[in-house]
Amino acid sequence: MVWSWVPEYLPKFVSGLWITLQLLSLSVFFGMLLAIPIGLVQVTGPRWLGAIARGFCTVVRGTPLLIQLWLLYYGLGALFPMVPGIRESFLWPVLREAFPFAVLAFTISVAGYEGEIMRGAFKSVPKGELEAARAFGMGRFTLLRRIWLPRALQNVFPTLAGEFVLTLKSTPLAATITVFDVYGVGSIVRQETYRIYEPLLFVAAIYICLTGIIVLVFNWLERRVPRPA
Amino acid sequence: MAGTGWQRLISRINSNDNEVILGERDNMKHIIKSVALAAVFGMGASSVMAELRLGMDSAPYPPFSETSSSGDMIGWEVEIGAALCEAMGETCTVVPVAWDGIIPALLAKKIDAIVGSMSITEERMKTISFSNKYYNTPAAIVAAKSSDMDGTPESVKGKVIGVQVSTTHQNYAQEHYESMADSVKTYQDFNEHNQDLVAGRVDAVVGDSLAFADFLASDAGQDFEIKASLNDEKIFGPGVGAGIRKEDTELVEKFNAAIQKIREDGTYEAISAKYFDFDIYGD
Repeated sequence: MVWSWVPEYLPKFVSGLWITLQLLSLSVFFGMLLAIPIGLVQVTGPRWLGAIARGFCTVVRGTPLLIQLWLLYYGLGALFPMVPGIRESFLWPVLREAFPFAVLAFTISVAGYEGEIMRGAFKSVPKGELEAARAFGMGRFTLLRRIWLPRALQNVFPTLAGEFVLTLKSTPLAATITVFDVYGVGSIVRQETYRIYEPLLFVAAIYICLTGIIVLVFNWLERRVPRPA
Repeated sequence: MAGTGWQRLISRINSNDNEVILGERDNMKHIIKSVALAAVFGMGASSVMAELRLGMDSAPYPPFSETSSSGDMIGWEVEIGAALCEAMGETCTVVPVAWDGIIPALLAKKIDAIVGSMSITEERMKTISFSNKYYNTPAAIVAAKSSDMDGTPESVKGKVIGVQVSTTHQNYAQEHYESMADSVKTYQDFNEHNQDLVAGRVDAVVGDSLAFADFLASDAGQDFEIKASLNDEKIFGPGVGAGIRKEDTELVEKFNAAIQKIREDGTYEAISAKYFDFDIYGD
């Protein structure tokens, strides 16, 4: 085992870690914003909207994330030369970077998987509670905000923690489109030092720490939410 | 000489491993025959050294060497090898050898020279000698035809350069361009940086000029061209030379003289023009 490369590459790992955290938090945040309506419309209807949502979940969950990522980055990228003036437009600085595409791909993935989970979550809230809320005179949105959504989320909290850990572990795919996250930095170390095991072990250790943090945060959140007796 | 004999015998025995239908006695007969044959061949090889045997990779490596449908070795390197032999006044045969066994084959005197696109490296110099280089596909910088980049560090100011990770090209880009360019983006795969060049996410890519040929000939590569060949021997190494046994110093000299001769009399250029539209010698 040779670890002498660690100090040299540590700054790179710090910036890689920052990229990984940004990827994870942005895609989880936007993904959940999408997942809630996607789950909800499948329970409440209208039916056609529910069908679209279900179709979206099926497609996203049925295709490899790597392919989605590449379709977005290289696939859309191949269309750019056909759009006249796109390189002069204000959008180009964003379209030119790989990072927004990675966030978009992971957001869609989170929306697809968590949309399905949220569907089950909304469904599992006992009807009686919703009826009681309505009997109190709550409007539809108040009911959703104060009763339905919190109860639904509460039910799937442990599941979501697991899902976000899985999302974390998908983020290394971003390295395939030139986003140098923790894993990407690890590959640089491997290629430049010809050491195989040490960088991989180092990267694995970082992911275990991140996973541990996610699990701890969710445990803490779970304890804060009062459980029905 | 005894060595070759024994090697032939051993390879003969090994090949008999497959012939399980043979009885024990038949097997013995085969071995005895093999020994006899080995002795004859061994003597033949030592007494007549008329032919120079050039070892080439048995796997196809177009356009340098490949086996044609009629079973002959063809390609640029085959023709160059023939031209070198003519310049040396030798008759040659081409011997296809598996790449990973080509240096052992040279050391075991199964071939006399490797003319198989073998790059001159310090690591190989520990085991064998090399003639001077006879080609060196230069690195090249490729950008849009409309761009006025010319390969100098000044011309890439503010540009994004794409390279394949852990290649000499990456080293070159980092050494010569990184301080001036906007950034040097690394890709896992040669084709990926070409795709991003087409998409406009990188302004130029640095890679092997030969490898670019296919891309530039494709539809996607139409609007792009090689802006400059890049040379830096410290980074890219001296190029490809003929691999020769260390003790055959005379043969090294002969190869060097032959390379110089075909370079000077135009043979080299005439052969190369058939295969490449750029200078493969790489001055």
